[in-house]
Amino acid sequence: MLPLIDQAFTQLVIIAIAALFCLKFARSVYRFLSTQKLQQKSFVDRINQCLPQTQCGQCGYEGCRPYARAIADGDAINKCPPGGNETIFKLARLTNEAVSKLNPAHGVISALEAAVIREEECIGCTKCIVACPVDAIIGGPKLMHTVIESECTGCDLCVESCPVDCIDMIQTGCEAVRWIRPSQVGSFEPQFEAQQ
Amino acid sequence: MRTAAVARIAQLKLRPRRIFGGIKPRAYKSSSLRSRILPSPIPEQLILSLRQHQGEAASPIVKVGDVVLKFQLIARAKKDSALNLHAPTSGKITAIEPHVIPSLSGQAELCIFLEPDKKDEEIELTAVADYRAMSHLQLLDLVNEAGICGLGGAGFPSAAKLKSGIDNEIGLLIINAAECEPYITTDEALVREFAEEVVSGAEILQKISLAPRCVITIEKNKKSAIAALKPALMNSSIKLVELPAKYPTGSERQIIQGVTGLEVPSGGLPMDIGILVHNAGTAFAVHKAIIFGEPCVSRITTLTGAPLQTPKNFEALTGTPASYLFEICGLKKNHQSGAIVGGSIMGVELKDSNAPVLKTSNCVIAKSKKEFPDHGSEQACIRCGYCANVCPVRLLPQQLYAYSRTNNLAELDGHGLKDCIECGACAYICPSNIPLVQYYRASKQLLRENEQQEQQSDYWQARFQTHQYRLKKNQEDKLSRRKKKKSESKTASTFSRDKAREEIAAAVKRVKARKQNVIASSKEEK
Repeated sequence: MLPLIDQAFTQLVIIAIAALFCLKFARSVYRFLSTQKLQQKSFVDRINQCLPQTQCGQCGYEGCRPYARAIADGDAINKCPPGGNETIFKLARLTNEAVSKLNPAHGVISALEAAVIREEECIGCTKCIVACPVDAIIGGPKLMHTVIESECTGCDLCVESCPVDCIDMIQTGCEAVRWIRPSQVGSFEPQFEAQQ
Repeated sequence: MRTAAVARIAQLKLRPRRIFGGIKPRAYKSSSLRSRILPSPIPEQLILSLRQHQGEAASPIVKVGDVVLKFQLIARAKKDSALNLHAPTSGKITAIEPHVIPSLSGQAELCIFLEPDKKDEEIELTAVADYRAMSHLQLLDLVNEAGICGLGGAGFPSAAKLKSGIDNEIGLLIINAAECEPYITTDEALVREFAEEVVSGAEILQKISLAPRCVITIEKNKKSAIAALKPALMNSSIKLVELPAKYPTGSERQIIQGVTGLEVPSGGLPMDIGILVHNAGTAFAVHKAIIFGEPCVSRITTLTGAPLQTPKNFEALTGTPASYLFEICGLKKNHQSGAIVGGSIMGVELKDSNAPVLKTSNCVIAKSKKEFPDHGSEQACIRCGYCANVCPVRLLPQQLYAYSRTNNLAELDGHGLKDCIECGACAYICPSNIPLVQYYRASKQLLRENEQQEQQSDYWQARFQTHQYRLKKNQEDKLSRRKKKKSESKTASTFSRDKAREEIAAAVKRVKARKQNVIASSKEEK
């Protein structure tokens, strides 16, 4: 009698442990699959996140997301001047492509800028309001317009649309304190800087 | 959740505990402790920076040529992170222009230049009759008005810290007099001579922050200060905790660990676990502000270093040029090889000896070749791992260094660079003389900028999406409006046909009637 119970008990324990392991394994498989799915789903999104979102269209596409889609389909990664070298580096890591220099056909790397309207010269034509991709310009027909500085991405699109050339691009966002790294002496060359 | 943290602290036994890592550098403290604290001498010129700490600058409310009295408000804080600034003595404002101040950035800040008239005339101070009868918010306002910042080093505005403490419910207030960094002796000298005042200030701070428990912490080797504190604490509920001497015990997060054994969570603040830490110097300043109504216009500053004949502690007026204090201490110029503001490990190089002492300058060291030998240039990291042993936050400095060199922001973030307290223990122990903290500061800034950029690009993306949504909606609205108009015009046309028939019928009737009338009238005429 006793050995029978003992046997049943041990069997039960073994089954329980096996079930636990199965559950754990199933969970990890599920997790792995779900992350895979997520990654597949958001490849364009992940490229889009690397882009600076200025929506300037210098790459030749309508905005950052269309360009991200194009990169996912195999377009060159060096068409984004506002992103500069860092964006190219990030994109290269993401798409497994070689780091290349910015294509000068699309523009040059410059510091972050913001548009400012010379308000006394504005004639209130509303053309810049239509051109602005992020609705950063306020004003009405035949009334003075102005740029909300905090909203401006510095995309440059309003400058061309202005019939009286009253929009200037000014530099913004220069931080007061800048830490400088100590001199670079050592045994290995930093990967990123070599590529730059 | 919060009350749980406070309840846990209420049951904790407060005793000295081990902190992680740490180093034991030679103290160099005895020379400046030989004499008593010297009251503030009035220099020929005071240079009062509008930014006394790492925060927003105050805006001046005086003009060039104005005559001000001692304790008069000369610059007002417009934001919570700014500090009120008061005139340390009576005199005339001669200029408001940029001047070099001892800060990490080494940049010039806007300063008010005050030429003292040496009469030291005060404005009338309104002292509080009995602070115990006042509410804690009234007292908080007084602390805010007095322009007190944390006098330990970083200089966070005390009122702002107390306020966030009140908002977060505090279980323990720690008065930090540990002062673990070499050379600095301000807290030790302060506690030795003004123990009663420090305890009084601690009681006021405890009342303001509504903390049920309060301890004063001090390092074991500060014997004279402990001897002075013990009788002062006889009639008080405040306890004394003596910690073993180790650097960086005096850092905010480390002292919490040293007293309670709790660790501040990554990315969190001490308030998150119901603890508030204030420096002993701050307690002294609060005592003066509440009991006598004096705003913070001076602080105790250590002047030390081998080139000084008589190193000592000064109760120096804010804005006193460092060179003036050096002269009083008898600086042997040919022995000097520069100066440091702050301790020898975390301090910053003083580029211009005319730079003024700030509210946060706890120590000015005259460097000598003997005490600060040139260690030579930076060598390659040999991955000895000494730095990981001494890191009080248990980070991996050698890994962070490698990632900092390669600008690998993702790994830097993953390895917890943001939790680095920049104590410099790793750089102190490094056999290759790598200035690790400088690397970390640069990388921290990169991380911050990167984060900002990401936030901004997310925001812009959202704006672009709403813009597109708006355009689409406009288009749809236009289409639907056009459709509506079309259908409206259709119904309107059928309606008008009926109406037209009626109208025609009515018109015909009218014409008939008129014709009849005309016929009738013509008949009458005939």
